[in-house]
Amino acid sequence: MIKKKWRDSGLKGWLYLLPAILFLGVFMVYPLIDVFVYSFEEGYNSASQTHFGIGLYNYSYVLHDPYFLQAVRNTFLLVIITVPLSTGIALLISVGLNSVRPLRNLFQTVYFLPYVTNTLAVGLVFMILFKKTAYSDGLINLLITWFGGDSVDFIDGPYWAKMFVLCLYTIWVVMPFKILILTSALASVNRQLYQAARVDGTSAFRIFMRITLPMISPMIFYLIITGFIGAFKAYSDVVALFGTDLNAAEMNTIVGYVYDMLYGDSGGYPSYASAAAVILFAIVLTVTCINLMVSKRKVRF
Amino acid sequence: MKVVLQNLTKKFPGRGRKNPVEVTAVNDFTFEIPDGELVGLLGPSGCGKSTALNLISGLLKPTGGRIFFGEDDITDLPPESRGVGLVFQNYALYPHLTVKQNILFPLQNLKGKDKLSKAVMLEKATEAAKLVQIDGLMDRRPGELSGGQQQRVAIARALVKMPGVLLLDEPLSNLDARLRLQTREEIRRIQRETGITTIFVTHDQEEAMSISDRIVVMKEGVAQQIGKPQEVYDDPVNLFVGRFLGTPPINVFAGRCRDGRLYLGEDAVLRVPGIADQDVCVGVRPEGFVLQEEGTLRCEFGSVEVMGRDISVVSGHSASLNPTVRSIIAAENRVDRESAVVRFSLKPQKVLLFNKETEERIYGEMLAL
Repeated sequence: MIKKKWRDSGLKGWLYLLPAILFLGVFMVYPLIDVFVYSFEEGYNSASQTHFGIGLYNYSYVLHDPYFLQAVRNTFLLVIITVPLSTGIALLISVGLNSVRPLRNLFQTVYFLPYVTNTLAVGLVFMILFKKTAYSDGLINLLITWFGGDSVDFIDGPYWAKMFVLCLYTIWVVMPFKILILTSALASVNRQLYQAARVDGTSAFRIFMRITLPMISPMIFYLIITGFIGAFKAYSDVVALFGTDLNAAEMNTIVGYVYDMLYGDSGGYPSYASAAAVILFAIVLTVTCINLMVSKRKVRF
Repeated sequence: MKVVLQNLTKKFPGRGRKNPVEVTAVNDFTFEIPDGELVGLLGPSGCGKSTALNLISGLLKPTGGRIFFGEDDITDLPPESRGVGLVFQNYALYPHLTVKQNILFPLQNLKGKDKLSKAVMLEKATEAAKLVQIDGLMDRRPGELSGGQQQRVAIARALVKMPGVLLLDEPLSNLDARLRLQTREEIRRIQRETGITTIFVTHDQEEAMSISDRIVVMKEGVAQQIGKPQEVYDDPVNLFVGRFLGTPPINVFAGRCRDGRLYLGEDAVLRVPGIADQDVCVGVRPEGFVLQEEGTLRCEFGSVEVMGRDISVVSGHSASLNPTVRSIIAAENRVDRESAVVRFSLKPQKVLLFNKETEERIYGEMLAL
């Protein structure tokens, strides 16, 4: 009798789920809710665990903070530049890889290397390329001056130069994963479709536009969506390139701002950090929803 | 358009350590297909029939030999310049396009002076769709169609630019039995209506026999016999062709010719006056048996299968090279199911002799005893 009741109520199932629920609850769900709560508590003091009242002051403060606006501008620039560029270039490289026969495996390995390379090693490479030191102006500056241009400080110099380095770095780092996904997507397109198109006298360009692209469009949209989310969350790359004082370097990102508000030199404000995090969440949610809406109309299967 | 194949050969080089051996998929294939005929390339899987089709379409380049369409040598032309329509085994419809867009696709490729206006393209597409009776499904996608409907769309797409030659690769193999019957009539009808020279590939001999004007039986890249279906069935040049055509398959016996008589085991069954004494393979079509009390061929009775119009007697014989001897006789015959032995006489025109070693046909007069 008891045994049957025990089984029917589904308690057994919940018991199996308990470890996962416990961990997710404590380390994911509770902090998430807490962030929302913090973001509305005005004048929260982490030492005394007290606050003055509930309201939108934290949001108002964050949205009027020039550092935050700078971070938003940087993040948006990074997203808008790197996502389309990296996806486009990855597509070109994948199509190229797909059409060469000799050495294809070698090229695939080479293009995949950045994915498995240690971040510090990558940072070192970029330093050799761009960093001005007492001994050298960096490899790129060497080239620029060799062609008769003026040397540019890419790490501590003008805003556009730093943005250029950041975008280049981001594109370079996300490329291998995109190439990997796209080459396998291209390889999975039914070859008979190409044969059918060839027999019907379709030009190579039209085959690409009318057959290849639509067939791999689900994967392209997957890459764009994850690319957007990833770029919005950019932080560690920026630190690797420009150090920890990002506000001073005008290169902060939204995630960097959140971190600074919590632990940085000007930190200790969990309420402002929470508000900024919620704003980032809202932005990512909106962009992803728009993406999904567009892809639903464009991707047919 | 007339299609001529001259000494067509295709060799695939060995690749790597696993398949070091060069494979000859099509070997010295010479054949002329008159304008407007429906030809079936027939053979077991791996016999090179699809390769032959791909050589004609231009998707593969031949190792040797020439291909002519009409008087033009098209051996070195790429597929798009040959003006062929090709229907793939699994149709290769563009899954993201509607039926209409699929059929329009080849027309939209036309460039320069061949370029058509939108209205003309639509008209041609509708015409092709009507021909294969799918004009009601124009706005569906291939995923929403049944196998038979997809097949029709594929044919419409191949036909819409009015190719000189239509090629079908195993067109019926993905359809269920009933649809297969229906579709093969359909292919025949469409081919008659358009008058396009059509070559199709199949491993199903019944399919090939039923709709082809001419069949080509292939084995290991070599065309064994070319001819009208009935002629090839009645008069196979070797045991392979004899075995390949006909359901139920031909009964094969180990036989002997001695003093102008043909023996199957101990039983003398026919007179073969012109044939020298030798051991032979004897093929007997299932319809070549006549049930007779005093018949010369004595078989151990196995079972009777009633098939309505006919009955099929399954029996055994010591000289039979097949596990059973299967004969088809009219349903009026009464078979004594209690008896251990069933006796047949053979119709001479349904008995075929083959050389025991080469399996080539031995021609000669055959008479009843």
